[in-house]
Amino acid sequence: MTSQPLAADPDAGTAAGVQRPADAGTVRRRRRRVGGEPSTVLTVALLACAAYFLLPLAWLVIASTKSNADLFSTFGLWFADINIAKNLRDVVTFQDGIYLSWMGNTIFYAVVSGVGAAALATGAGYAFAKLHFPGGNALFAIVLGAIMVPLTALAIPTYLLFSKVGLTDTPWAVILPSLVSPFGVYLMRVYAAGAIPDSLLEAARVDGANEFRIFFSVALRLLAPGFVTVLLFALVATWNNYFLPLIMLNSPEYFPLTVGLAQWQATSAAGSGSQALFSMVITGSLVSLIPLVVAFLFLQRYWQSGLATGGVKQ
Amino acid sequence: MSATVTAPPSVSAVEGRRRGTGLRRRQAVAAYCFVAPFFLVFLAMLVLPLFYSGYLSLFREQLMGGTVFTGVGNYVRALQDQAFISGVLRMARFLVIQVPVMLGLSLVFALALDSGRLRLQRAIRLSIFVPYAVPGVIAALMWGYLYGPDFGPFAQGARALGLATPQFLGNDWMLGSIMNIVTWSFAGYNMIILYAALRSIPPELYEAARVDGAGEFRVAWSIKIPAIKPALLLTTIFSVIGTFQLFNEPSLLRILAPNVIGVGYTPNLYAYNLAFTNQEINYAAAIAFLLGFVIMVVSYAVQLGAVRRERRS
Repeated sequence: MTSQPLAADPDAGTAAGVQRPADAGTVRRRRRRVGGEPSTVLTVALLACAAYFLLPLAWLVIASTKSNADLFSTFGLWFADINIAKNLRDVVTFQDGIYLSWMGNTIFYAVVSGVGAAALATGAGYAFAKLHFPGGNALFAIVLGAIMVPLTALAIPTYLLFSKVGLTDTPWAVILPSLVSPFGVYLMRVYAAGAIPDSLLEAARVDGANEFRIFFSVALRLLAPGFVTVLLFALVATWNNYFLPLIMLNSPEYFPLTVGLAQWQATSAAGSGSQALFSMVITGSLVSLIPLVVAFLFLQRYWQSGLATGGVKQ
Repeated sequence: MSATVTAPPSVSAVEGRRRGTGLRRRQAVAAYCFVAPFFLVFLAMLVLPLFYSGYLSLFREQLMGGTVFTGVGNYVRALQDQAFISGVLRMARFLVIQVPVMLGLSLVFALALDSGRLRLQRAIRLSIFVPYAVPGVIAALMWGYLYGPDFGPFAQGARALGLATPQFLGNDWMLGSIMNIVTWSFAGYNMIILYAALRSIPPELYEAARVDGAGEFRVAWSIKIPAIKPALLLTTIFSVIGTFQLFNEPSLLRILAPNVIGVGYTPNLYAYNLAFTNQEINYAAAIAFLLGFVIMVVSYAVQLGAVRRERRS
């Protein structure tokens, strides 16, 4: 039972000479002061760069308030008559509200793939970092090599394999390939190596806890920030994926937003009578960005600290 | 290899050692259980398709139905295929221009953030990073509108000033326009990776240099950049892999400029069109396999170059 208080005490590793998190904090604060006074020139230069990165998004916000006619007759980077309510209504009602299904599909694919990939990577990364087993180094080398395998080189053969077992044009066709994240395993290994003191595991072993109990009741808690980092990476990768669902899916009701919006765009660019689609594509794009941008704003500190404390420490 | 572990401990071993061996064996069993779920999916979704792709690439479709074994025939064809070769060369050109520009920007941003001399640090960091949350499809779509020669704001501005309309989607500028979209999308992501690496440098490393009177640039060049070499290498390799797989941006811009972006504009676009428009599955598999090989070789060369430079210094 003594492993319980050990796990709850983040400073438990100090005895073994592990640097205490508190020390790291004071060092960081001291270092910030060393940086010197804020520089106006540097700030202005970086603000100009920031403006470049925000420009397309500003355009998107402005364009989504315009009617289809104003889109082509007014200056792109300033407002005309505000028409966003009608645009939004068009987006959610067009083709019996298929846009909302696409939004639901995107969220579903991204969350299931993200959680799945992060869970698989956590188990494997922890074992590679903290447990000794024969063949471990060889297996990890294979994982590292796999980071370099271009996923798109796999998409076509995966499609053919899936079509043999009847998995194409189902949600599984998008989710299953997205569960593999060799980079996630690498990240979790590096993170686990830094976040879990060996002395903690040794203490738990001496107390007679078995490896599974140690993992679930001691290690998992310390791995949480790393888990969130990998989850976010995998979630964004699936959310933004276009190639895989484009290949795998035929039925519009299974489309994620990327494939659906690209299809709307192709239809509207083909012209002839469907001109009114342009403002819908733009408004639909804007709405599709909101969930991920909000998620990043809220989780930013969480996943950045995950990266900073262990993610890229080599 | 596992035989050494499963072998029973010798009876004559001291008590402590026996306990250690048993512990180690239990640890190994647990470790296999922890890695098994990942490797199961890994085998099914990565290794199997990879081998299947290699297998498919050795066959050829016949006009009268059915396939015949052709050995390396598809590869010979690919290496003589002007469309494929020009696509790979186009990506190579893209690589040597876009990747250094993007990573250079990311590094400058990361160093600026790390210098602690910025006002509005948080807002700037977020603004540069936010394009990462924008799917490539949407990024291409937005920039496609911005680039537009008729209604795009740049064209509107040029017309208002009486200048020639910039042909962002024309033959000469298209590759640069795509480079811009990719840079816009990923500069912030790479910045965050480099920034995180910079923050993990122990401050003692450059406090001494500062005491000796080294300026911010000197510290950045001689201490900070060498210290984050592994992160720079990581971002370079990811950029190489991403570049050769370019698909979303050209396939979206193709809608707007079908005469500029052909079926083989990028190798990936080519493989896609071969497989799903021409139904040449086997040849497409060979193209995909060859592309994967090119990526492996280039990323390996990047790593080797980095290691060699390390050894020299």
